[in-house]
Amino acid sequence: MIMPALLGTAIFILIPVAGSFFISLTRWNLISPPDFVGFENYSKLLSDPLFYHVLITTIIYALAVVIFSITIPLILAVALNQKIKGIVLFRTAYFLPVITPMIVAAIVWSWIFDPNNGILNFMLIKTGISTPPLWLFDKFWAIIAIIIVSVWKNIGYNMIIFLAGLQGIPDSLYEAADIDGATSINKLFHVTIPMLTPTIFFVCIMSTISSFQVFDLIYLMTDGGPENATMVIVYWLFKNAFEFFKLGYASSIAYVLFIIILVLTLVQWKLRKKWVMYE
Amino acid sequence: MGNVRIKLIISYTILVIGALSMILPFIWMLLTSFMSNSQIFSYPPEIVPEPFLWQNYPEIANKIPLFRYFLNSMIVSIATVIGQVATCSMAAYAFARLNFKHKNILFFVFLGTMMIPPQVNIVPLFFLMRELHWIDTYWALIVPGIFGGFGIFLLRQWFLSFPKELEDAARIDGCNPFMTFWHIALPLAMPAIVTLGIFSFITSWNSFMWPLIVTNSDVMKTLPVGLAAFKGSFRETTEWAQLMAASVISVIPVIIVFILGQKYFIKGIMLGALKE
Repeated sequence: MIMPALLGTAIFILIPVAGSFFISLTRWNLISPPDFVGFENYSKLLSDPLFYHVLITTIIYALAVVIFSITIPLILAVALNQKIKGIVLFRTAYFLPVITPMIVAAIVWSWIFDPNNGILNFMLIKTGISTPPLWLFDKFWAIIAIIIVSVWKNIGYNMIIFLAGLQGIPDSLYEAADIDGATSINKLFHVTIPMLTPTIFFVCIMSTISSFQVFDLIYLMTDGGPENATMVIVYWLFKNAFEFFKLGYASSIAYVLFIIILVLTLVQWKLRKKWVMYE
Repeated sequence: MGNVRIKLIISYTILVIGALSMILPFIWMLLTSFMSNSQIFSYPPEIVPEPFLWQNYPEIANKIPLFRYFLNSMIVSIATVIGQVATCSMAAYAFARLNFKHKNILFFVFLGTMMIPPQVNIVPLFFLMRELHWIDTYWALIVPGIFGGFGIFLLRQWFLSFPKELEDAARIDGCNPFMTFWHIALPLAMPAIVTLGIFSFITSWNSFMWPLIVTNSDVMKTLPVGLAAFKGSFRETTEWAQLMAASVISVIPVIIVFILGQKYFIKGIMLGALKE
């Protein structure tokens, strides 16, 4: 009974993972047969200034997205975890961006960010900012615009996870804190957040991993530009593979990504033992 | 008591501001989809469509094969759901209930696949599709999307959670493992299967990179890829109203699926699903 799943997983996941490594050791353009070149692609990668630029851009993006998609949903979940009316309504509202196709988010936000006709810059001008940013057309602001859209899309998902975490904290702890005369702020920092560290940790891993895999928004909103300002690792991989047809080089990028994600997961697992509190 | 009240007021304020920033882009999209192109570019920007136009919807459907994209997305998403539920539920049942050689190692392998970023595989997978002559066919859009560890993991947990006695009774009555699975275990696992189905539908409906890579012709494009091509060819210009109309159409199915299955969806998130 496991045969169909096993066969499919072998053919479409396991063999390709091995294949990807093999391809990374070749020079190949899909037309002529692959040339075996050993680790040449990796040494080329390590001496390619663009690689470091791509890596730094991806890390900046991931850091910002992770920070905001933890803090904002956490605040919202704490606010929602009371006797709030319309909880289903709020939950649905926050969830709308999560289930929306990226293409739709990209279209709407490209329009919002439009420097000349977009609603955002109109409002910024209204509030007295005479030269608002060009957003997607500006080397500095483009990545920030992408970060905003990503965070907007992640908030609802993480909020639900935090809400579940909050509901798992036993009331007895708050009652004990009340007896000790703790204020709301005390309780937040000494009961809620410590009790929530396993959840925060989980969200942190998931968000970091998914941030390193960002592709859709870049493809749809900036094309990696302007001047490579939003060139992230998966988009660069895609360009090398399917626009420049450097499949060997693209595969070496893929493997670097694989290792980064593996290391991130392992490091965070290690850290978890250190700073996560269990009951 | 005053303290509690202040806390509630602050909470509501935060929640309402947050909810508005979630929803406003959608309202903006909906309103813009009913505007004329000249109104879109008026300054200052206008909020209410005046005149109120329906024709962006038929116009976009004439300009690009929107209905075909929609149909492709439906076919691919539904087929992926069926394939995933079928393969995952059988494997999950086997891992939960049957004994076979190397069971633990195999389960570990399935779990391990969840750690592999799909992008690592695209180059060899693309090559495989080409060798199979699957490029630009439904096969390429559907089959690779079926496999992965998450569904097996989710359903296995579920099968483990209910008592074995029912199945033992079936076995005594002469059912083989597959019949027991089909008649007893599967109906009991319906809630978990619905959760998996909703997740895999939305993931498949929203999937972008893979369909982008394996489709060439207009008739095989899924909705996101078709829209992206349209947006791309108008990157610098003007067809915003029609783009918004097409966006409204592509977001409706996921909203319906989400509203119908909200409680299953939330359950799925708890189990760590939906990786984008």
